[in-house]
Amino acid sequence: MSLLLEPTAQNIKDEKIYKEMGLTDEEFGLVEKILGRLPNYTELGLFSVMWSEHCSYKNSKPLLKKFPVTGEQVLQGPGEGAGIVDIGDGQAVAFKIESHNHPSAIEPYQGAATGVGGIIRDVFSMGARPIAILNSLRFGELDSARVRYLFEEVVAGIAGYGNCIGIPTVGGEIQFDASYDGNPLVNAMCVGLIDHKDIQKGQAKGVGNTVMYVGAKTGRDGIHGATFASEELSDASEEKRPAVQVGDPFMEKLLLEACLELIKSDALIGIQDMGAAGLTSSSAEMASKAGSGIEMNLDLVPQRETGMTAYEMMLSESQERMLIVIEKGREQEIQELFHKYDLDAVAVGYVTDDHNLRLTHNGEVVADVPVDALAEDAPVYHKPSSEPAYYREFQAMENKEPEVENVEETLLALLKQPTIASKEWVYDQYDYQVRTNTIVTPGSDAAVLRIRGTEKALAMTTDCNSRYLYLDPETGGKIAVAEASRNIICSGGKPLAITDCLNFGSPDKPEIFWQMEKAVDGMSEACRELNSPVIGGNVSLYNETNGTAVYPTPVVGMVGLIDNVKHITTQSFKKAGDLVYLIGDTKTEFGGSELQKLVHGKIFGKAPELNLDIEKLRQQQLLEAIQQGLVASAHDLAEGGLAVALAESAFGTDGLGVEAEIDGSAVTALFSETQSRFLVSVSPEHKEAFEALVDAAHIGHVTAQSAIFVRNGGQAVINRPVKDFEDSWRGAISCLLS
Amino acid sequence: MKFAVIVFPGSNCDIDMYHAIKDELGEEAEYVWHDEGDLSSYDGILLPGGFSYGDYLRSGSIARFSNVMKEVVKAAEEGKPVLGVCNGFQILLEAGLLPGAMLRNKELKFMCRTVGLRVENAKTMFTSDYEKDQVIQIPIAHGEGNYYCDDATFNELKENGQIAFTYEGTNPNGSLGDIAGITNAKGNVLGMMPHPERAVDSLLGSADGLKLFQSIVKHWRDSNVVTA
Repeated sequence: MSLLLEPTAQNIKDEKIYKEMGLTDEEFGLVEKILGRLPNYTELGLFSVMWSEHCSYKNSKPLLKKFPVTGEQVLQGPGEGAGIVDIGDGQAVAFKIESHNHPSAIEPYQGAATGVGGIIRDVFSMGARPIAILNSLRFGELDSARVRYLFEEVVAGIAGYGNCIGIPTVGGEIQFDASYDGNPLVNAMCVGLIDHKDIQKGQAKGVGNTVMYVGAKTGRDGIHGATFASEELSDASEEKRPAVQVGDPFMEKLLLEACLELIKSDALIGIQDMGAAGLTSSSAEMASKAGSGIEMNLDLVPQRETGMTAYEMMLSESQERMLIVIEKGREQEIQELFHKYDLDAVAVGYVTDDHNLRLTHNGEVVADVPVDALAEDAPVYHKPSSEPAYYREFQAMENKEPEVENVEETLLALLKQPTIASKEWVYDQYDYQVRTNTIVTPGSDAAVLRIRGTEKALAMTTDCNSRYLYLDPETGGKIAVAEASRNIICSGGKPLAITDCLNFGSPDKPEIFWQMEKAVDGMSEACRELNSPVIGGNVSLYNETNGTAVYPTPVVGMVGLIDNVKHITTQSFKKAGDLVYLIGDTKTEFGGSELQKLVHGKIFGKAPELNLDIEKLRQQQLLEAIQQGLVASAHDLAEGGLAVALAESAFGTDGLGVEAEIDGSAVTALFSETQSRFLVSVSPEHKEAFEALVDAAHIGHVTAQSAIFVRNGGQAVINRPVKDFEDSWRGAISCLLS
Repeated sequence: MKFAVIVFPGSNCDIDMYHAIKDELGEEAEYVWHDEGDLSSYDGILLPGGFSYGDYLRSGSIARFSNVMKEVVKAAEEGKPVLGVCNGFQILLEAGLLPGAMLRNKELKFMCRTVGLRVENAKTMFTSDYEKDQVIQIPIAHGEGNYYCDDATFNELKENGQIAFTYEGTNPNGSLGDIAGITNAKGNVLGMMPHPERAVDSLLGSADGLKLFQSIVKHWRDSNVVTA
């Protein structure tokens, strides 16, 4: 039995119990007005989760409207489980990224695992077969024991879920910075493949049709998870551990296979994941989207525990559950389908035409509220925004080179920085090959998967350099999109669209809201310019610990199409004698750079500039050259600049090295993080064709001596075996952990 | 030759096995659900990798009670080739079709990478297309691949030539005698942790696993020669 005695409607109002659930006085007043009476405890719970930032985007909606969301390739934009883009031949790709930051801060293994489980359900609820998982992770510095614990457990949680369910974890990115000390970011992305004809929607259409509950039973775990996710973390957050769900990947594997069988049935009308806010959001949203209502008898909901109240059932975020609407009279065949997988499939209600969500429990109506009020009518806030003082200070600073004594030692040190160092320790724990489609495995610019039965392949990546965003959110937002696009291009793909996960601090602070606004402006402009619309995503606010916000971190997940597997390109040098080119000019830009962080221990100044016209032109030229078969390897220049790119291109090549000539200041030439640059290698036979097509500077060649040899004005500034650099780079993370 | 790819709840390399047989080997393959009661129409049985029953309790320990396992035992007794890969190997151990047991990897972590395998015995029906001591590149992906058995069993395995593959160079999981794959005494049941079905197409990095399947087919053709 529930130990809580539920307060009466009058109690709730008098004692302002709604405040504990995250509703303000005004919001409670609005609920009262909509209902024309006081809400009871269950109804208050429904409003509280549906009006949380996590479910309603009440603080971010005005910003999200700025994103370009259309394009001829877009089949499904934001608003469903996942966005969908066309890839030709009747096929499409569905993908979405989502955060699980707050749960992962409290219970890292389960927080990360259920983040993966949730995003997979979003994709297969569209009818798509999930084919790949990616992630984007942020942690504090690894010198803290707590951070090491969070890092190891998050990685184990992602691995545990993804490996067991049998979907390859093929890529991602990880950065480490003190701003994430108490509030790690765990964003998971899932990519699925679907035939156009199988695309499903989460709609409860057709009065009288049956609402069925399928999958795992409901327990008391995750109650108020969505509300918890919409608050700042504090020392008291440990008490919210019961709001963290527990995952069962085996159950989800069964649910996945059953649902993919289900979508072939013409009995299916609509399907939606019970994710955040569980049974409440799935039922209210499906009815609201269809302009219908739903009545459910909660006595029929499969329950894992005894004595659950209506409130607990509706707010539980137990995992691995789906709500489906099927044609009336065909319950039996659907039950048989699910029973093959030993899963519950229970008719719990039906579609009505009164636009209400009506719930009965123990023979009584326990809630009766308009579905639109829950799903659509959450108040929208236009938060005050103000430019932070630090921004003005940074913008006034001159670009200066950090002081470096020895260039070679500096490169070694940079390669050991955990953000740059090899992530092998991480992806070694992920099964990135299962389902045997992964052509380019983790560690290159983007992961590449073939599409079986075709000549095509998909390139996918996640990116965001939040240091640039902190210094200058608008430019940083542009860079995040541009960098993702560069990674797709370097793999031989044409960007299709992005999904984003907007991780910020508290929007109640005008300086944070300003960061959000500017970042969205920058991202929107880059998406438009690079023809990569936003087809869905997620907002995670209140990423603060004891009042300190994380860096603004709008993670970009991008998928691109490679027309022919022959075009697949990786960053590794291929053959001695190949010519090495640098695409793009280099300026003295160190604001937010790895070198600045290394030398000064902090970041400041201006973020690198980004000219989207130049960016677009260079991307087009490079992709054209790749598609014409002129490019042996391609790598974008990112953290650590040219020097790190040269080293990374030589790693794992079995004995190849590079000889390059730079000019001007060695520190700028090698470590500046000027944007829109690429390092490519080209076979000598393609020299003329490549140079005719691409504006690039010939800076050296690939050698058979396994060494990195860089001269500046005839003088050697780096001359050392590749192995020395590679060992530092490869061993850095496991060294920091042990 | 017609292969059965056994599908347990939680199998997830079934599709890889199926496509390796159909697309790369060019033979027939069918998925067979775990409650199936008859395997007599199949010439070879494949137990794929994955997490059957979530690997709850112990890897393979629940799957071995599946209805279909009685039929797998029968097929093994009849001398049909039975191949268990990764979780399939664990199930064969639990079912007693192969000796020994699996422990967690010595570093207690799941690991996914391509490793070198030495062909220890090239005379089995699974390895005849390889040369003895040939080193092949095959991916691994497991958390419990640390093979263990008692001394007597280990000596028996060695003496009978039942050790089919060992890890070359670094042993990734700490298995006894660097064992990566073993056969039963009769030589028609092979269990191995590495995934040959993931190494059948050079587009994905290695095609070294294809010969394992080709060996099976060759053996089957040799023992089923029909003169018209």
